[in-house]
Amino acid sequence: MAEPLIFDLSKDGCRGFTLPALDVPEVDPADHIPARFLRQELPLPSLSELDVVRHFTRLSRLNHSVDIGFYPLGSCTMKYNPRVNENMARLAGFANLHPQQPDETVQGALQMLKTLEESLAEITGMDAMTLQPAAGAQGELTGLLIMLAYHRKKGNHKTKVMIPDSGHGTNPASCAMVGYEVVNIKSDARGGVDIEDLKSKLGPDIAGLMITNPNTLGLFDENIGELAHLIHSVDGLVYYDGANLNAIMGWTRPGDMGFDIVHLNLHKTFSTPHGGGGPGAGPVGVKKHLEPFLPNPRIQHDGKKYHLQTKCRESVGPVLASVGNFLVLVRAYAYILVNGREGLKNVSAYAVLNANYMMQRLKKTFDLPYDRFCKHEFVLSGKGLAKYGVKTLDVAKRLLDFGFHAPTIYFPMIVEESMMIEPTETESKGTLDCFIEAMEMIAREAAEKPENLKNAPTKTPVRRLDEATAARKPDINYFQKPE
Amino acid sequence: MANYIPTTPAELQEMLGAIGVKTVDDLFAEIPPELRLQGELNIPAGMSEPEMIRKVTRLAQTNETVDNNVCFLGGGAYDHIIPSVIDHLLLRGDFFTAYTPYQPEVSQGTLQCIYEFQSLISGLTGMDQANASMYEGATATVEAINMATAQTRRNRVLVLQTVNPEYRRVMSSLNTPLGVELISVPFEDGAVDPAKIQEALNDQVAAVVMQYPNFLGGIEDIEKISEMTHNAGALSIVVANPIALGLLETPGKLGADIVAGEGQPLGIPLSYGGPYVGFLAAKKALLRRMPGRIVGRTTDIDGKAGYVLTLQAREQHIRREKASSNICSNQALMALNTTIYMSLMGREGIKEVALQCFQKAHYLKRELAKVEGVSFPFTGSFFHELVVKIPNARKVIGKMAKQGVFAGIPLDNWFSNLKDCVLVAVTEKRTKDEIDHYCNLLGGFING
Ligand SMILES: Cc1ncc(COP(=O)(O)O)c(C=O)c1O
Repeated sequence: MAEPLIFDLSKDGCRGFTLPALDVPEVDPADHIPARFLRQELPLPSLSELDVVRHFTRLSRLNHSVDIGFYPLGSCTMKYNPRVNENMARLAGFANLHPQQPDETVQGALQMLKTLEESLAEITGMDAMTLQPAAGAQGELTGLLIMLAYHRKKGNHKTKVMIPDSGHGTNPASCAMVGYEVVNIKSDARGGVDIEDLKSKLGPDIAGLMITNPNTLGLFDENIGELAHLIHSVDGLVYYDGANLNAIMGWTRPGDMGFDIVHLNLHKTFSTPHGGGGPGAGPVGVKKHLEPFLPNPRIQHDGKKYHLQTKCRESVGPVLASVGNFLVLVRAYAYILVNGREGLKNVSAYAVLNANYMMQRLKKTFDLPYDRFCKHEFVLSGKGLAKYGVKTLDVAKRLLDFGFHAPTIYFPMIVEESMMIEPTETESKGTLDCFIEAMEMIAREAAEKPENLKNAPTKTPVRRLDEATAARKPDINYFQKPE
Repeated sequence: MANYIPTTPAELQEMLGAIGVKTVDDLFAEIPPELRLQGELNIPAGMSEPEMIRKVTRLAQTNETVDNNVCFLGGGAYDHIIPSVIDHLLLRGDFFTAYTPYQPEVSQGTLQCIYEFQSLISGLTGMDQANASMYEGATATVEAINMATAQTRRNRVLVLQTVNPEYRRVMSSLNTPLGVELISVPFEDGAVDPAKIQEALNDQVAAVVMQYPNFLGGIEDIEKISEMTHNAGALSIVVANPIALGLLETPGKLGADIVAGEGQPLGIPLSYGGPYVGFLAAKKALLRRMPGRIVGRTTDIDGKAGYVLTLQAREQHIRREKASSNICSNQALMALNTTIYMSLMGREGIKEVALQCFQKAHYLKRELAKVEGVSFPFTGSFFHELVVKIPNARKVIGKMAKQGVFAGIPLDNWFSNLKDCVLVAVTEKRTKDEIDHYCNLLGGFING
């Protein structure tokens, strides 16, 4: 049976929580606030504590999660979320700090942040970091504001940013939010940036290049040095989308590849939980010459104490009303401490090992458009199943019946019927083998019993949902039934 | 030293064999030698779990917290009572180790929670619809402005000076690059005179942004301002405190087109500023301008009710540079945090929290009025936060902090005309004893 909505479980007179009794003398709000500003009705439900616990517990059981099983969602790095980090984020000395407390009272918090900045700068080969952006996309926006500020200061007239056609949707969307026009660059036969295409579009109006390396095909672009050189030759900046950093930690660094600006996704590479969609954190690192433009506040140490410095003349200004998603940063800090330098290098080693192992085995069954060593993820195509009337979507849905989450599908857009598989380092060979066998079985079914795929999933809490009606007659608020 | 990698040495060899390479290094061979990291990263060696716990705990212990001090700080983040149940539910791995519900058939838990969040926020704010969450209050406000400029095709935005100054700084970082002109409208007696807004309104104005209650604790006439705004063909954006809406009329009824705000007061720990959650609600006509995820209710092929991400044609993964926003990951778990809070507290609970905040703040004001030297620069209505003028304010609140009382936020941080003025917030969590202690201590330091 479907779980009722919280509103339908409501019972007048129920209370889920009891406040301490009011212990000050009362006044009548109507004597202090004009009547038209006093609320008449409040459409919230009323439930007991146990009702609430059961409702949300039952809902939680309808989810697939990393804790339940394999979650090879490419580009999202769905690795294990170490439990101890949850404890660290809940230490009273971190969780119960008001953001406006005086700096003297939060020295431990500021020290943690400064150390994390330094570690991330070292891991990426950058000179300075901000931890403020709340997610990868906000990191991109921040990086682009820095790009804008750099060109403005130099008097450069730049209007365009280059993005490979394999780039993530947030890249062009972030450009639009600062007013940069997007120039799409083709990919070459090996899946890297097509240098000739880039050269043909390169000119004085190019503000920069935004790329992911390894890119969203999971392939390392060996030409990155030359690409960076070309962009620098027109005084453009090279931006690193760090969504895929899990592939290269301790092996190579964006800073050494020639990147000027980097964002990271701590909810991917540094194991902070994805939370059903967030919160994440998207720190941004820059080379020395861009440091003055970083958002404020900056964390400074004067030899004795840490301070939040807001008076930074050339700063692009704050991008959030706080220092960032602080407790997410605590988790990442704990993760780096535990792993250390050799641990992080191993993370990438095993992430890459797992991906290549799966790719070698799965390419026997599915089309592999770029057959070369991948990094932490790889992209297959489901186009070979078209002859059975089966699409990648059907494969994804059938995987759900086997108890797996599906890969990322239909992204990157340059591969037809794409399936982007990212195992991460925290999965065992046993799990990878089970998934591979399921994929092989699904491929056989596609040929022999395609209806098993077309009808899938059948073992999930609900089956395929009517997305067309959902969009045509939006029912997005309990209190407003669609017309 | 500790690690989360399950592969055994024997499995490693087997896997390398299956790939056809000898060592893991071979898998990194295409990285040009000059780009490879020579030597090791210059960060410390790994630690065992207990060693890490000791180190991190020591660091945390050096901070002064709102537990071992008494907190009268507000300014956008408030020290409310948080029911213990919430964290137990948030720690369910099925919630916090999942991601964006891209495969709805195995994400009904997350999806239904978001639908409930959207509905609760719509109900609380009196709006037609809300999205699945924004990063926090300031960026939610930035996105509200983006919606308004896109809808009206105008680019001037009037921002009341009583809007959180930290939000105003974020707006100036994020809204101005697209040519939005932010015009500040000054306040007088703790609130903005609507006549001042009328003067600044014309056919170039896309929106008026106001805060309810405002940053100084006062209650703007958002009804009158919204009406004027509409007469000028602009949209009314209200930045609301969700707890205040337990007592105050909804922005929806008072004419808001978009309501943005910070969800932290709804059961989220102070967390030194984050993660919190932004909410964004709007009138129906603005549906297709909304940024970010939206969850809709629908049915599956067996006719069973279920939920999906919907209206995705607005979003970056489909529309790329034409999307309504670049947001991808949001603050889903924090939205769930507030959903559980609103469910537990319920209709009566939220009303009571709001009323207790109101009563305790007004009690503090009455008691402070008895302290010689203290004055109140503003006379208007307020909810749970007020401006108090104290001789040598910075020095006095510094002394209060040493006695374990975070007495308020000095307003000359942002307002040069509010020297010696302090913003003081009182929530339901403060007791009469704490408030009395505050007044005694303050009196002692001013007059001692
Ligand atoms: C390649 C890439 N870039 C950017 C992003 C955006 O990151 P976030 O969701 O943290 O905003 C993603 C997220 O999936 C991504 O995969």
